[in-house]
Amino acid sequence: MFEPIQIQVNGQPRACRAGATVGELLRELEITSERVAVELNLEILDRKEFDHRGIRDGDRLEILSFIGGGRPSREAIGVTSVLAERAR
Amino acid sequence: MDMNDRLTIAGREFKSRLWVGTGKYKDFIETKKAIDASGADVVTVAVRRVNITDRSKENLLEYLDPKKYVILPNTAGCYTVEDAVRYARLARAAGVSDLVKLEVLGDDKTLFPDTAGLIEAAKILIKEGFIVLPYTNDDPVVAKKLVDIGCPAVMPLAAPIGSGLGIRNPYNLKIIMEQVKVPVIVDAGVGTASDAALAMEYGADAVLMNTAIAGAQDPIAMAEAMKYAVHAGRLAYKAGRIPRKLYATASSPIEGML
Repeated sequence: MFEPIQIQVNGQPRACRAGATVGELLRELEITSERVAVELNLEILDRKEFDHRGIRDGDRLEILSFIGGGRPSREAIGVTSVLAERAR
Repeated sequence: MDMNDRLTIAGREFKSRLWVGTGKYKDFIETKKAIDASGADVVTVAVRRVNITDRSKENLLEYLDPKKYVILPNTAGCYTVEDAVRYARLARAAGVSDLVKLEVLGDDKTLFPDTAGLIEAAKILIKEGFIVLPYTNDDPVVAKKLVDIGCPAVMPLAAPIGSGLGIRNPYNLKIIMEQVKVPVIVDAGVGTASDAALAMEYGADAVLMNTAIAGAQDPIAMAEAMKYAVHAGRLAYKAGRIPRKLYATASSPIEGML
C-alpha cells in the first residue's frame, strides 16, 4: 500500500498516509467545524481545495480557528513568525 | 432606546454601541452570560491554532450564534505587518467575513500600536477587500491617515490595553472625533462604567472593551453596568450638556421671596 510520510501539523510532527488530502487529514483529526483556516507551507487554502489538495512528505500545515480574544495573550499565540520573535 | 440611533460602518448597521472582547473569561458559559448582559452585538475573537491533541475542547463559536452577533476577528498579538496581514487573511479564510480589527503592536510592555506598521498593513488589506477597523493610538494625525487610506472607522485607545486607567487624553480623543468623518470607537483602557460613559459623552460612536468586564469581580454585573453607561453617555452627548461655569446660577427664582 502507501508508505507513510512525515508532516508537521500545528508545529508537531505527525505521520500521514501518502496521498491523503487536506480534507482527509481534517476528518482524521476530527476537525469538523466549518470555521477553520488551513495554511499549507504558508499558503492559505481555499475551503474548496481541502478535498483536492494532496499532502506531501515534509509539508507543514497550520490549522487555525477562532478563540476568545480581545486582548493579546502571549501564551495563546499559535503562529509566530521569525520576524515577530525578533520584534520582541 | 432610540431604534433610529444606529451606528453604521461601511454600510453595515450595528444595534449596540458597546462592543466586547471574548478573552479572559473563566469559561464559555461566563463569556456568553457577560455578552448577553452587555447587550453587545459585536464580539471580537482571536485566530489561533486548533488544539489537535485534545479535540474535547469546545469551540467558542458554538456558544455564539453568528446570526445574533457580528464576529469581529482581530490580529491581537501581532507585532509585524507580515504577521498582522497573515492573521487577517487566515481569519477571512476561516469564513466569517471581510471585517477585521487590525492590531499591529509596537511594544511588549504598553501594547501600544505601531502606527507606521498599522498604516502599512491597513493599505495591504484594504487593497484585498478587507473592511479594516484599526486599533490605533490617540493620535489625530494617524487617525486621519487611516481614514484617508480607506478605513471606515478608527479605534483609538483610551489607555493601554487592560490597564483600566480610563481616558488618559480626552483632548486628543475629542480632536479625533471632530476631525475624522467616520465613526470613532474608543478601544482599550476602560476601567469602569464612568469611563465608558465619559467616552460616549465626548462623542465616541462606540466603545470596545474586554478586561474591564472579564476582569471585574462580577463580570456579568459589570457587563450590565457597561450597557447602561454607554447608553447614558450616548443620550447625554445627544442631549448636549450645559457649559461649565465658575460661579453658581440659581435654579429657583428670586421673585416671590419674602
